[in-house]
Amino acid sequence: MFTMQRSRRFGVAITAAAAATVLALSGCASGGGDGGGDGGDGGDANLSVTFLPKNLGNPYFDTSSAGGEEAVEEFGGTFAEVGPSEASPTSQVSFIQTAAQQGVGALVVSANDPEAICDALDEASSAGVKVVTFDSDTNPECRDLFINQATAEGIAKVQVDLIAEQIGDEGQIAVLSASANATNQNAWIEMMEEELAANHPDIELVEVVYGDDDDQTSFDKTAALLQTYPELKGIISPTTVGIAAAARYLSTSEYQGQVALTGLGTPNQMREYVEDGTVTAFALWNPADLGYLAAWAAQALITGEITGEEGDTFEAGKLGSYEVGADGTVLLGDPYVFDADNIGDFDF
Amino acid sequence: MTATAAPPAPSTPSAATRIVSHLLKARETGILIALLAVIVVATLVNPNFLFSTDGFRDLLLTPSLLMLVAVGQAVVIITRNVDLSVGSVLGLTAYLTGRLFIDVPGIPILAVFLAGIALGGVLGLINGALVAFAKVPALVITLGTLYIYRGINVAWTGSDRINASDLPAAFRGLGTGQILFIPILTIIAVVVLVVAAWVLRNLRSGREFYAIGSDPDAAHLYGLRVTRRILTAFVLSGALAGLAGVLYAARYGTVSSGAGTGLELQAIGAAVIGGVAISGGVGTLWGAAIGAYLLLTINRALPILGIQDFWQRAVVGALIIGAIVLDRVLAVRQHRKLIEAREAAR
Repeated sequence: MFTMQRSRRFGVAITAAAAATVLALSGCASGGGDGGGDGGDGGDANLSVTFLPKNLGNPYFDTSSAGGEEAVEEFGGTFAEVGPSEASPTSQVSFIQTAAQQGVGALVVSANDPEAICDALDEASSAGVKVVTFDSDTNPECRDLFINQATAEGIAKVQVDLIAEQIGDEGQIAVLSASANATNQNAWIEMMEEELAANHPDIELVEVVYGDDDDQTSFDKTAALLQTYPELKGIISPTTVGIAAAARYLSTSEYQGQVALTGLGTPNQMREYVEDGTVTAFALWNPADLGYLAAWAAQALITGEITGEEGDTFEAGKLGSYEVGADGTVLLGDPYVFDADNIGDFDF
Repeated sequence: MTATAAPPAPSTPSAATRIVSHLLKARETGILIALLAVIVVATLVNPNFLFSTDGFRDLLLTPSLLMLVAVGQAVVIITRNVDLSVGSVLGLTAYLTGRLFIDVPGIPILAVFLAGIALGGVLGLINGALVAFAKVPALVITLGTLYIYRGINVAWTGSDRINASDLPAAFRGLGTGQILFIPILTIIAVVVLVVAAWVLRNLRSGREFYAIGSDPDAAHLYGLRVTRRILTAFVLSGALAGLAGVLYAARYGTVSSGAGTGLELQAIGAAVIGGVAISGGVGTLWGAAIGAYLLLTINRALPILGIQDFWQRAVVGALIIGAIVLDRVLAVRQHRKLIEAREAAR
């Protein structure tokens, strides 16, 4: 133990060393943590946190990364953001491998696919990198913690409630989703179907189409939906790219005002369409808070304050205290509904 | 083209029958019939496909962007090259369009169009110069520039994004507006098509593209300015992708760093389906344009016919393979006919 401590001090003295040294260092730090008495020693923990969103150029993830950066600054770590330009299942693998080689303290990931990046995450974990997923989870065994923006039930319910209110609780609706293998969208759609069956028997979900989180595809799929189902009363798009594209199509369509549109969107993207009456109300949580919480959770894992076990509690700066739930998930809170009255208060 | 090697016929058929027989033989006719069949079937299943305001507009509007890119692509393919970078060029110019409106308040819409076309032309010129001077296959060069241009786009766009509220309403109107029930975007695309197709069919400079594609070495030995024509083809392809980028911003209203991803394969697919031989020297721009309409109209019709999302791509793939097989069959038959004609003439 003594020699280990000494070698670590020595390691600290030459912090300017190469990535290999950093790796060894973080390995030793966790070893010391297991030995106990390392709690208040956050100063020499490797507080570098790398955010890996589904893709760059997505304002939702811009906001979450900004929240993450704010948190990382508060606890005095170093922040980085990397990511692919398109959200395809395997595009994140190389970024995970690079981050592991660089020996970052923690990787905060929104997974494009629950399976495809698991091997890469396992490698990163065995190299001492803490893995936190947010927004979109992997299989539980591939990560230490999942920061859940809201429960699937809560998200599904708020969207079903919104569409039911907007179409008078009866008629045909359709769902415009992200990619066919997007974890969170699929879970929400399943919940929506259950919620519809249980509480809204007069609403019929006629089809789920996939816009692949691409403006053009989502736009064309919206057109196809409107044409295929002339009786369609409403569309739910549980993805920020999809709802903006659908709103753009609807706003210049003969169906504007006749077909309701709701789902998950960001205020900046939807402002135009809320103002011109295409969209009445839509929901989301605050992605900045989500990134902020994910970064604090990463910090708590790095310092050894928590291990990701159910019942662990940690402090998340301005958001207060959070408890780890079943399967290593941490819940942010309830979704938030934006409409013409409050959209002006938000800028993300 | 089919008539070039025809033996002297005993009796000259009348002009009318010649036109009819030419139309029947033309490769484009088959594609056009397929397109009309798709429209008819989809309309029978759901009259809204053709007869609703949105349906009619989308039928003309949706393939217009691809048609522009496919026309440029067809010219490049006819010279026995290929331009894989068009999707990335479109992405860059679409983002440039948004940035110009944000950074230069009150900029005239025409200036934005010219800037987009110019940027596309320059990017195309880079492709053409690398292909023509470095003598590296276009497939490799433009695969490289596909990633380079997209990389520049991602670096430039970063996490930014153009939202609908960033673009002037008059500009966005171009993406959906109509003159006499015909979408403005479609009018632009058809004007480009008519001019380019006329040049390629009737002018000496246009025919040289075919000569180069049929046999580059012979074209060179004959004294054709191969380098200049190849540069022209790539500049045209880039400029049309640039124009499509500006119109993309007008139509979709949002531009992220991923705009136009995968478009290059659709454009090549459209050209090939429309009868432009991937080995160069054969095909018309009309064919490529109809191919673009067929490709995207099928995409729009399949959901109406109740075919699952996942199968739609398979259908498009089958269509491309079918087109190539058809080309091959026609080529073999033509070859045999020519041999028979030669034997008969002896």
